[in-house]
Amino acid sequence: MRDPPQVQPENMSEMLQAGTPAPDFTLHVTPDQTLSLSELRGRPVILAFYPADWSPVCGDQMSLYNEVLPEFRRYHAELLGISVDGAWCHAAFAKDRKLHFPLLSDFEPKGDVAKQYGVYRKDGVSERALFVIDENGVIVWSYRSPMAVNPGADGILEALEELAA
Amino acid sequence: MAVLKVPVNSSDHVQGPDDAPLTLLEYGDYECPYCGLAHPIIKRVQRHFGERLRFVFRNFPLTQIHPNAEAAAEVAEFAGAHGRFWEMHDGLYENQQYLGDKLYMTLATQLALPIHELRVALAAGTYAPRIRSDFLSGVRSGVNGTPTFFINSKRHDGGFEFDDLVGALEMEYLRQAA
Repeated sequence: MRDPPQVQPENMSEMLQAGTPAPDFTLHVTPDQTLSLSELRGRPVILAFYPADWSPVCGDQMSLYNEVLPEFRRYHAELLGISVDGAWCHAAFAKDRKLHFPLLSDFEPKGDVAKQYGVYRKDGVSERALFVIDENGVIVWSYRSPMAVNPGADGILEALEELAA
Repeated sequence: MAVLKVPVNSSDHVQGPDDAPLTLLEYGDYECPYCGLAHPIIKRVQRHFGERLRFVFRNFPLTQIHPNAEAAAEVAEFAGAHGRFWEMHDGLYENQQYLGDKLYMTLATQLALPIHELRVALAAGTYAPRIRSDFLSGVRSGVNGTPTFFINSKRHDGGFEFDDLVGALEMEYLRQAA
């Protein structure tokens, strides 16, 4: 079951919706390597924007996705976490949480990619927003979660299932 | 709103009457400190509601951040296969800071479970598929961390202090009665 469309508070920009081509980007995935979205053409991509590394809870969003990773892979989907944190910060966070998927640094110009996807906040971080992009680079599902609420993985799996159907 | 995708069924671990008007279902991880905090609170909530409440526990081990969570869940399932799930469940949560082989064997001995069989089951991962199946049912239902509670199949997004849970359950009870 899908959540109903959310009323957008005034300070939020328009998030890119299903049917929109996903803007390409090239971001640091480690301090000395970059990754472009277009390199992943040909398989589904899950783009998970989140506010910051080191959220102080068990089973935070990235740790949850880490556990669900085998399910995403069943759909041959690539998961990319993305926040405004720097590459070194991501490296430390990924090591600490034993994350098995890339974290991208939307660091310079800060939040540029989040802005293109319509999920940058005035307080300097990105929303908790999810995009599922198909093998042709088109957004097929997007979802913005309230800041304090970990959106879980059910919506992503439903979107991947529909893509595979 | 997130709802439970896999209804309570005969393979679940259940305390309380099947026809209780209230069902509290927890997706939990034996190594998660918040689940540890919730454990005695749930006991109090169960005492508070008595026969009006059915409690169900499903596994949701976050194995990458909690290295003992999977083995602990397998130990509980092993005990469950021998009819001692809840005793082991309580023992694990009450000794959460000591999770590990020594604790598992001690608890198993106290419950008169066959130690050799337990070792074989742990080595073979006999109960891993069941735990993964619990985990995936949780993911499908919108579980987003541990503990996550469902009250009569609807995800409870409030806190898990005694008052939070009792308040939400009483509200649901009134809704049922209305």
